[in-house]
Amino acid sequence: MSKWANLAAAALLMLAAPAWAQQPKPHSYGVGTVATPEQIAGWDIDIRPDGQGAPPGHGSVKEGEKVYLERCAACHGEFGESAGRWPQLAQGKGTLATHDPVKTVGSYYPYLSSVFDYVRRSMPFGDAQSLSNDELYAVMAFVLNLNDLVDDKFVLSKETWNQVKMPNQSGFFDDDRKTAEKAFWNAKPCMKDCGPPMKITGHAAVLDVTPQDPAASDKTPRKGGVD
Amino acid sequence: MSEPIDKPQASRRRFLAGAAGIVAAGATGGAVRADDKNLPPNVAGWTKGLGEGVVARPYGQPSPFEKDVIRRDVQWLTASRESSVSFTPLHELDGIITPNGLCFERHHGGIAEVDPNDYRLMIHGLVDKPLIFTLEDLKRLPRVNRVYFLECAANSGMEWRGAQLNGCQYTHGMVHCVQYTGVPLKLLLEQAGVKPNAKWLMVEGGDAAAMNRSVPLAKALDDCLIAYRMNGEMLRPEQGYPARLVVPGWEGNMWVKWIRRIKVGDEPWYTREETAKYTDLLEDGKARKFTYEMDAKSVITSPSPQAPVKHKGFLVITGLAWSGRGKVSRVDVSLDGGRNWRAAKIDGPVFDKACVRFYAETEWNGEPLLLQSRAIDDTGYVQPTKDALRKIRGVNSIYHNNGIQTWALKASGEVENVEVG
Repeated sequence: MSKWANLAAAALLMLAAPAWAQQPKPHSYGVGTVATPEQIAGWDIDIRPDGQGAPPGHGSVKEGEKVYLERCAACHGEFGESAGRWPQLAQGKGTLATHDPVKTVGSYYPYLSSVFDYVRRSMPFGDAQSLSNDELYAVMAFVLNLNDLVDDKFVLSKETWNQVKMPNQSGFFDDDRKTAEKAFWNAKPCMKDCGPPMKITGHAAVLDVTPQDPAASDKTPRKGGVD
Repeated sequence: MSEPIDKPQASRRRFLAGAAGIVAAGATGGAVRADDKNLPPNVAGWTKGLGEGVVARPYGQPSPFEKDVIRRDVQWLTASRESSVSFTPLHELDGIITPNGLCFERHHGGIAEVDPNDYRLMIHGLVDKPLIFTLEDLKRLPRVNRVYFLECAANSGMEWRGAQLNGCQYTHGMVHCVQYTGVPLKLLLEQAGVKPNAKWLMVEGGDAAAMNRSVPLAKALDDCLIAYRMNGEMLRPEQGYPARLVVPGWEGNMWVKWIRRIKVGDEPWYTREETAKYTDLLEDGKARKFTYEMDAKSVITSPSPQAPVKHKGFLVITGLAWSGRGKVSRVDVSLDGGRNWRAAKIDGPVFDKACVRFYAETEWNGEPLLLQSRAIDDTGYVQPTKDALRKIRGVNSIYHNNGIQTWALKASGEVENVEVG
């Protein structure tokens, strides 16, 4: 073997050996069974913003109104205005920067898929995954129409998916806490005489919304929420 | 359930009398009323007669005297109890481990009752070989034990606009900390063989919400688990029996319970839970997305509004601290609303992305105090004041409120949730 070939082989070994040491071939335990296409198809219900995963089918605003009034309006209101504390689906345009933001399909959701995927998997509440694909498309078309995002004649399908423009698509940005809140990383937090004496500026007892008895929780609606 | 030794009726009366005693006694040093028959020089009933034998309580329950140590909810928060939250009674607990039955609940479609024989976990998408695992399959594989906190992103979410709920159970009770036993997700993904262009996972629950989130592949390969045990026993149904995802340090919503499916992909899905929910709306109307880490946070659990001070003199102030970015390295305590601080003592194990227990001892002679705690983690992050958070984020973001909590200890020994400035 030539000197050159020996050098090349040595170099290869030097490159290959550490890489192999760092990333051993994953061990196969022989546990688990191969999922069949039929098994996957039954559970594979997610949809991406680009429409990947959207089912076949179509539905019009008019057809959707019927489905909506029967299956959705009891909680969400006839016009998507919400009944009680159930989520509001329509209106809310221009409220995100105010003291009372109203987050709806039209005002907040960035993509059609975000709401379609959700309804497909979990709605109607208590009877999940019971709508046919055509009913799903129809009810989505109706909710879009409630938000003035499509006209009365609109038919939603995989083919018209990209015609829907969601107003708040650019309303989100990646977590920037490490830069925007950089000041919270502080090597020497103040320990002594940090500013003037503190005074009480607000009391929870003033609002008095804390449940007093676990069996009879208070029902007074207040600002804020868990979701 | 077994009949407790002490008759429940008598226990209940005694408990209520005791509770009333605390309030009446206030901080004057009054003791909880006791039954003289059981006190020296008399010999207590339980000393004279036999108690129940073994297996009278095949699965042991807390003493009936501890019946108020329970999860509680706030009904006005949500439209239904199937999509709602209950809170851990932090004020009644010590140490770092949360008992399984007291771990807060957050369900979006009620508690799925899954038959373990019918449980399946599917992994598919950008993989060489789509796989289905049974629970028995998961239990056959190598497993690890890890202690982690789990905090709902909306913990303290009701407090953005000011002090609102009077009790650390309600202000901070969407957190718990247990030891999980489970299979590293990396190991499961390796069985299926992840394709080179994969970057994201879509994880999905088997409950009536079919809760789904996108998880960066890097996080999954780093430290995520498919857990089937908590504190040694199988997961409780409320916590996703028989298997859930564990996403250490990251917001609780991603820890999908009753997990049934993992799809491997090359882009995030932008599901409802990571767009319409669990995004942090700022004052200008724009929202932060993918705010995964739970920043360092702490709360004094006693004294607190549900745990008033009953005695003047020696007082132990205690609480919990945690950080989703690493280990808690220090906890400071202030008695004057954040003007002066001293380091508290951390006792018990300090694990990565787990709760730590802290203590600060003092003498209290009835003077009003403004109690605060401040967590610092090993990345150098210092838990900010609520006002410092509001200055950057406004008050509309609901999630990720890790601001410093203030409790006002009054001369009476009562404690109130307050804001200071």
